[in-house]
Amino acid sequence: MSATSRIDHAASAQAAPAGVPNLDVDPFSTEFFEDPHPIHQALREAGPLVWLDKWGVYGVARYAEVHAVLNDPLTFCSSRGVGLSDFAKEKPWRPQSIILEADPPAHTRTRAVLAQVLSPTAMKGVREHFTAMAAAKVDELLARRSFDAVADLAEAYPLSVFPDAMGLKQEGRENLLPYASLVFNSFGPPNQLRQEAIERSAPHQAYVAAQCQRENLAPGGFGACVHARADAGDITAEEAPLLVRSLLSAGLDTTVNGIGAAIYCLARFPDQLQRLRGDPTLARNAFEEAIRYESPVQTFFRTTTREVELAGHRIGEGEKVLMFLGAANRDPRRWENPDSYDVTRRTSGHVGFGSGIHMCVGQLLARVEGEVMLAAIARKVAAIEITGPVKRRYNNTLRGLESLPITISPA
Amino acid sequence: MPSIIFFHPDGRRQQIEASEGESAMQAATRHDISGILAECGGNAMCATCHVYVDEAWLARLPAMGGDEDALLDGAAAERQANSRLSCQIRLAADLDGLVLSLPDRQT
Repeated sequence: MSATSRIDHAASAQAAPAGVPNLDVDPFSTEFFEDPHPIHQALREAGPLVWLDKWGVYGVARYAEVHAVLNDPLTFCSSRGVGLSDFAKEKPWRPQSIILEADPPAHTRTRAVLAQVLSPTAMKGVREHFTAMAAAKVDELLARRSFDAVADLAEAYPLSVFPDAMGLKQEGRENLLPYASLVFNSFGPPNQLRQEAIERSAPHQAYVAAQCQRENLAPGGFGACVHARADAGDITAEEAPLLVRSLLSAGLDTTVNGIGAAIYCLARFPDQLQRLRGDPTLARNAFEEAIRYESPVQTFFRTTTREVELAGHRIGEGEKVLMFLGAANRDPRRWENPDSYDVTRRTSGHVGFGSGIHMCVGQLLARVEGEVMLAAIARKVAAIEITGPVKRRYNNTLRGLESLPITISPA
Repeated sequence: MPSIIFFHPDGRRQQIEASEGESAMQAATRHDISGILAECGGNAMCATCHVYVDEAWLARLPAMGGDEDALLDGAAAERQANSRLSCQIRLAADLDGLVLSLPDRQT
């Protein structure tokens, strides 16, 4: 049975609005997960606004429209869910996020708390330790030479720094990646991936709910910092665990797939690895470019709060609009040679972390992790060779690998 | 069209033509000014478009918001009294000739 066997969705019977090009593609299918790029191109070339027959939703895949939708949060809202499910019509599968799935003014207050907890100043506090851990990880992997870059590097490194930085207990950490995978699958349609993830979610949800409580978070960690903001009166004591939950939902699987994307790029494009080795200060940009190139977070939805005109078409109130971040990041209207991975590219403006008020609040943490890992590789590794079959991992929102067997040689 | 004069840490002077309504950061990235990274793309979230504003121009800029103030505390190069984030400097005709100095590092 395919990982995304077709389950009929009520909306699929809806016809395309007049004048809007419609496509019979499924961005939540195995075919798309294996190779989204031809479908991205078809979506971009069909027009600035498209209709997806399969799920009965609008889509935007060109940079300009994706950026415009992201930056008009009052018209294209998040409080009705950033997945296909419309919270105005359907009960969310878990208590609604008070930051990701919120609009101003409510969002402004909670966002300010996480922005402060994960501020540039806070990053200075973790940077030295993260750097040492990255160097130790690369030394350990150089001693092994051959390993799986997903499990042993892209997952192992964030797992060696993020849970401790959060202040999590040792027990139960094995729930973190399954919980994140569940969250990102849940933004998709009611396909097999989403349904099975939710059916199996109870133990992971129970772990996360307990781990978000103040007494289970070590002093000095990001989790405790969130709770401290409740003491300061910026949020309520009931809101604090929900904001910690946001960090646990979005703080780990994303960096795993970001670092995985960067390693996969450097393994496929040895000339770029050599440029990075020649100038290790390119590490931060090499990571950023991997985020643009692979777009570990592929898609998010918004819901219209009113009738609105977009790219010359009228969209009614209460319509879901799917934003193809990965397609925008390779739109030739915005990027020169979009399909080449270039560690020296000026990446500013890519939407791999989103844009606007909901832009990834943990982007600075992701960049620290990515930069120090790539800097360690730049200094210590001479070559990366792919030595076995590369297997993709299927998730409704996250693009990444299940397995990447590599052999590395020391510099 | 307002022009902006950048001074690099090595003293090099670079003048660019900006458009009214864009930010000093957008103009700088469009002209590939090397000292401006703007990792967050202008969302006031990263402090990598830090600039030092020439004293003569400082008072003529739009007031600093709370987000910008907090971010500048974490900027990679030393914060000074004339530090601003260039993504928060919206360019208008009366800022023609604005002089900005670049810090020695952004990350």
